[in-house]
Amino acid sequence: MPFITINIDGREHTVQEGVTVLEACKSAGIPIPALCYHPKLRLAGNCRLCVVEVEGWKTLQPACVTPITPNMVVRTDTPRVRSARRTIVDLLLASHDCDCLVCEAAGRCELQKLAYEYGLDRRSRSFIGDEDYVSMPDESSPVLRYDRSKCINCTRCIRACGEIQGKGVIAAVNRSRDVSVSGGIVEWSDSKCDGCGECIQLCPTGALSVKARIGVRDWDVRKVRTSCAYCGVGCQLEMWVHEGRLVKVDGADVVPNYGSTCVKGRFGHDFVNSAERLKTPMVRRNGMLVPASWDEAIGRIASELERIKNSHGPDSIAGLASARVSNEENYLFQKMMRAAVGTNNVDHCARLCHASTVAGLAAAFGSGAMTNSIAELEHASCILVTGSNTTETHPVIGTIIRRAVREHGAKLIVVDPRRIDLVDNATLWLRQRNGTDVAWINGMMNVIITENFHDKAFIAERTEGFDELWEVVRQFTPERVEEITTIPAGLLREAARIYATSPASSIIYSMGITQHVTGTDNVLSVANLAMITGQIGKPSSGVNPLRGQNNVQGACDVGALPNVFPGYQKVTDPAVLEKFEKAWGRDLSSRNGLTVVEIMNEIEKNGIRGLVIMGENPMVSDPNLAHVEKALQNVEFLAVMDIFMSETAAMADVVLPAASFAEKEGTFTNTERRVILLREVLPPPGEALPDWKIICRLSGALGYPMNYSSAAEIMEEIAALTPIYAGIRHSRLFSEGVQWPCPDPTHPGTRFLHKDRFSRGLGKLHPVDFIPPDELPDDQYPFILSTGRILYHYHTGTMTRRVGALNEYAPGGFMEIHPADALRLDLENGGRARVTTRRGSIETEVRVTGRVAEGSVFIPFHFVEAAANRLTNDALDPVAKIPELKVAACRVDRIGTAMGGS
Amino acid sequence: MNRKVVVGMGTCGLSAGAQAVYDRLRELSEGSGCEVSVTGCIGMCFREPVVEVRSEGRRTVYGDVSAERAAEIWRRHVLGGEPVTEWIIKTFGEEGVAGSEEKFLAKQRRIVLRNCGVIDPESIDEYEAAGGYSALRKALLEMSPAQIIEEVKASGLRGRGGAGFPTGMKWSFAAGNPGPVKYIVCNADEGDPGAFMDRSVLESDPHSVLEGMIIAARAIGGTAGYIYCRAEYPLAIKRLTIAIEAARNRGYLGRNILGSGLDFDLKIKQGAGAFVCGEETALFASIEGERGMPRIRPPFPAEKGLWQKPTNNNNVETYANVPWIITNGAAAFASVGTEKSRGTKVFALAGRVAKGGLAEVPMGMTINELVFDVGGGIKEGRAFKAVQMGGPSGGCIPAAMGDTPVDFESIPRTGAIMGSGGMVVLDETTCMVEMARFFLEFTQNESCGKCTFCRIGTLRMLEILERITRGEGTPEDIPRLEDLAVKIKEASLCGLGQTAPNPVLTTIRYFRDEYEAHIRDRRCPAGSCLALVTFSIDGAKCVGCGLCAKNCPVGAIAGEKGKPHLIDTSKCVKCGRCISSCNFGAILRS
Repeated sequence: MPFITINIDGREHTVQEGVTVLEACKSAGIPIPALCYHPKLRLAGNCRLCVVEVEGWKTLQPACVTPITPNMVVRTDTPRVRSARRTIVDLLLASHDCDCLVCEAAGRCELQKLAYEYGLDRRSRSFIGDEDYVSMPDESSPVLRYDRSKCINCTRCIRACGEIQGKGVIAAVNRSRDVSVSGGIVEWSDSKCDGCGECIQLCPTGALSVKARIGVRDWDVRKVRTSCAYCGVGCQLEMWVHEGRLVKVDGADVVPNYGSTCVKGRFGHDFVNSAERLKTPMVRRNGMLVPASWDEAIGRIASELERIKNSHGPDSIAGLASARVSNEENYLFQKMMRAAVGTNNVDHCARLCHASTVAGLAAAFGSGAMTNSIAELEHASCILVTGSNTTETHPVIGTIIRRAVREHGAKLIVVDPRRIDLVDNATLWLRQRNGTDVAWINGMMNVIITENFHDKAFIAERTEGFDELWEVVRQFTPERVEEITTIPAGLLREAARIYATSPASSIIYSMGITQHVTGTDNVLSVANLAMITGQIGKPSSGVNPLRGQNNVQGACDVGALPNVFPGYQKVTDPAVLEKFEKAWGRDLSSRNGLTVVEIMNEIEKNGIRGLVIMGENPMVSDPNLAHVEKALQNVEFLAVMDIFMSETAAMADVVLPAASFAEKEGTFTNTERRVILLREVLPPPGEALPDWKIICRLSGALGYPMNYSSAAEIMEEIAALTPIYAGIRHSRLFSEGVQWPCPDPTHPGTRFLHKDRFSRGLGKLHPVDFIPPDELPDDQYPFILSTGRILYHYHTGTMTRRVGALNEYAPGGFMEIHPADALRLDLENGGRARVTTRRGSIETEVRVTGRVAEGSVFIPFHFVEAAANRLTNDALDPVAKIPELKVAACRVDRIGTAMGGS
Repeated sequence: MNRKVVVGMGTCGLSAGAQAVYDRLRELSEGSGCEVSVTGCIGMCFREPVVEVRSEGRRTVYGDVSAERAAEIWRRHVLGGEPVTEWIIKTFGEEGVAGSEEKFLAKQRRIVLRNCGVIDPESIDEYEAAGGYSALRKALLEMSPAQIIEEVKASGLRGRGGAGFPTGMKWSFAAGNPGPVKYIVCNADEGDPGAFMDRSVLESDPHSVLEGMIIAARAIGGTAGYIYCRAEYPLAIKRLTIAIEAARNRGYLGRNILGSGLDFDLKIKQGAGAFVCGEETALFASIEGERGMPRIRPPFPAEKGLWQKPTNNNNVETYANVPWIITNGAAAFASVGTEKSRGTKVFALAGRVAKGGLAEVPMGMTINELVFDVGGGIKEGRAFKAVQMGGPSGGCIPAAMGDTPVDFESIPRTGAIMGSGGMVVLDETTCMVEMARFFLEFTQNESCGKCTFCRIGTLRMLEILERITRGEGTPEDIPRLEDLAVKIKEASLCGLGQTAPNPVLTTIRYFRDEYEAHIRDRRCPAGSCLALVTFSIDGAKCVGCGLCAKNCPVGAIAGEKGKPHLIDTSKCVKCGRCISSCNFGAILRS
């Protein structure tokens, strides 16, 4: 990179060519004040504070937008410059509600700092200003407040919303003295603002602030960086703590989110302060859960499990680990189940989301995780999103996709039965019939191979099984695919060409691909598509399953699965078994354990009698809830560790109060395989303990003592036994974390997988034929039901439904139905309907919308009072044992019609 | 008897009642064999409606024509063959008969306005008959793009939007940047108060602008064009729309124009009423569907303009000059005007001038010639005080400097700017502080709000000016205004802010005593600022009729019948009703 010399304030400085005067000054350590400038945003040049003198120019030049030229002579601190800057601050103050005494931004306000620097007290200001400037703030948003009288019109918020978040829902309105920022014609809530709060984070004054007054001064809080409690993106957050309470959350400016968050990340953590948190252990006595001591509770669990184990064997006990707790805790949990109890019956909710990914990608590539890094997505030239409503389920990745399109010109192909928000940004949208994914992917491959766009060299050198694949794929002509999927053949061809010919294409998928009886087939198809085009194993190009829960990747990595030890090492492999037996000092079972849905089934058959659940809520999250409910009622003994009295905990015999993510040390592994740190931001409430301490106690009571002094020590044990984690140490994770595989403590981690060879050697192409979903619509159940998430709630709502602002955005459950169907069924938007399947029935609010196709119904599963999983089908994928949550046949009835009540 | 009657139907004519005149004439012409048609504005807005009778190469122009007068003209001149001499304002090709307004056109040189008031703006046939599109034919079929640019360079044509940048050089910049897509934009967002040059050209001769743009497209490699016209010009938009359609039908727009291989078409984009959209980068933003706010430069439009593509933007008058230059040659154009400012400039004369209208004069004519010889001096014989040139971005030039030539070199030396051609003439009753306040209020209201200096700097200046005109100014206010004005000029983002303080700075420069009188003596020398004037009754003139007392809404006037009355200044609200009701000029305002 060439350098040039310029003169700043009489001294020569060598700076990088092509930068602006402001950047040059910054790199030379010369301070330049600026309010509208922000390194993350495109230049606006509107505050004019950064003006400098440049030799050869008559007028002052704004440093932020002036490019440097060789031998330029710049003066940053002349009386003329100072006077202009002082005047600007003076002018701003005269149109500013200088209410610093009670302003939320006091202490971090950039205008306040400048006023202080220039000594602009009331007496030394030149201008009187508008007497009536103070106006009522706009408080129509559930999460933020906009106070026009504190706005300096720097437009950072507008640019943040458009350029960083890719949403562009706010803009400047009016002219001259009336200019302000607004989301809508009248007020903020008229807009599509989804409350991510990026604008607040970049506001230099108190114009945009968190609506719920934090009530504590900036300088009085302790700020601790940790990882977000919600999805698998693994956003790094800065938590503001005061007197044992979490008062505010900001995005931390590091990988992977670089300051951004979604509405849940920024505003959805109030639950840790909730009075409803579990604070003491509870045991069931005379049918009632009553407070108990830790010794009593742990003793009760140990004696019950011992009793069951002694009379029915260790495999009559099962444990559900959790994608919501740390790697260290999941590791200890599975270790306890395997070594202390003696069974491989340990599984967790990954079974319900990405079991098919783990199985499918392991078969195709040799390892089942996102192949690329989140940041790489921004520079993909084509992104194919299928079965992922990314902007709602992984919002920060959603913004990166939008940025790739809006800022870098990527082509976006969305394949989804619903018109998700990303369709707005898409080059092409292919609406397939639910459950026909193998068909359209085979169809794309058919086009690619027929039109000779496949990567012959990559296929020859890096893969096996192409001929067998072609035997199946050749039958999937676009016209035949159109019959199966309803995707017009022309659109499919166009999509195939774009995907195959773009320099770096990336596939993003999620539950829409995995939660089918053909989930593993779907994943194999996705892998086939990437391999025949050579769109894998390079930066920004690969196969990227987005993992749902914040630590679902980690829970799988550290062995909370019934068939593998930590690091996906098979329990059936004698060498592996021996290694773990040696390390853990116990004989271990070499028989694969049961999966989540199988456990529930076995309870019914009395195969499972004791169940320990750590931080999961199958009473809302699992398919066919009536069945789950019956199982949990019938199980002989149920122990639950949780932070709240969840629907599942309420059915337990013993409930143990756990520390939340913010109250303990540990690690999560996010969707891009990055191991990230959790910090103890707050002390746990009451007698609650981190899960790892609970497990240590319980394991000891079961006769298998565990002694760890810290989570870091547990990680050292994980690293010793898990090759992909071998180089991971807590001490390495403080700045950016490390992406596995990381074979030794000096290895920098792996940005993208399968660079020169696949984990399994050659990539395996699997011929996959199309199989329809398990349950198709018929006369009795004429609609296709699909379930999913919405932005404002998370999973079973245990956390988010305790957050006021999120409930304001999304107070309750609903079903989406197409206008034509609504008309036929006499349903009104906002009215109520009953949705019924062969397994159950719920009542919910009707939303009439073109987001869903005709003949389809969509219901989010967060809401226990209208629990979508009462309806879902628990038919399983034969390989991965993932249930078909995405397709069921249902009936819809207007509430009050004769059809009801059956 | 092949006489033809033509009615001036620009916005000025229509607002003076030309429609009724036209309708009456059409009615009378039924079956007469005489044609009644429409034309645009001839420039004599002060005499509208204007009707012209044409026969055998002679043109007789009548002014202040009502429907009744039209009937009379029809009867006596059209049918009878006898001109109605008392209503004639101008004649062409008729020896011996002089109209009352011969002087208005005498010193003009009409290049841009060559067809205005002559042809029917809705008829492409008339435009072609007047030589229209021959320049295009020449440029496309006989000249290379480089030759066109050379010709425009040689003509010395400079941008008529106000900045005076050499047009040929501008074209060469855009021509030098790579395509394939380049835009040709016409700025028709005329927004200065008191300016109506571009509107008149668009209403009276839209094809001349289209022809200029198509020639520019050839020169630069333009592929598509936009005319950004303010929505408040419905007639201009209507006539442009008709013209574009007609040009398309004749093959002057579209694919392979005149067989030359040039593909070019254009669209009209209506501006929504923001003054700042006259600034080219804001104009581009507005065309793109963004909020009309200026963008930072570099990059300059010739490199990355509209939709980030190389773009050439000129205003209406600039484009309208181009066909004339191509047809008549660069030398003919360069022979008009001064050495550095070639050609003519169209001015909209407004304010206290006797003959407000549109005049096109050679560059270098003095302000005095414009005001007195063309404009007929000041209304009601009052004293000429100053002109405000260039609208709210411009500045005032005092009468003492009336011999300043109007060109791109001389005018900026006075502190004013050429501007796009607005010339507001001020007389002794105009308060210069109030005038500055008026224009600053305009720019302040029109500030897009993007940069601090323009958004709040001009607001603070306005507040100070308001204080001064209320008589609440302090001696520090003048240096404070000057200091702030200089900073706003220096460091605002776009032309709007960089020029907004000009009216204030020039009035302080030339009329500082008026500011001081307001501040020190609490007096408005022009008797204009209400807060500083008092109303009184001249006892010598008052006859005691009582009419003023009867009309006073607050009962501030009293007196015995037949004796001079008195105004109680503590009650007086300075509404001025007494002045208008007094038949003896006895009410004093000072």
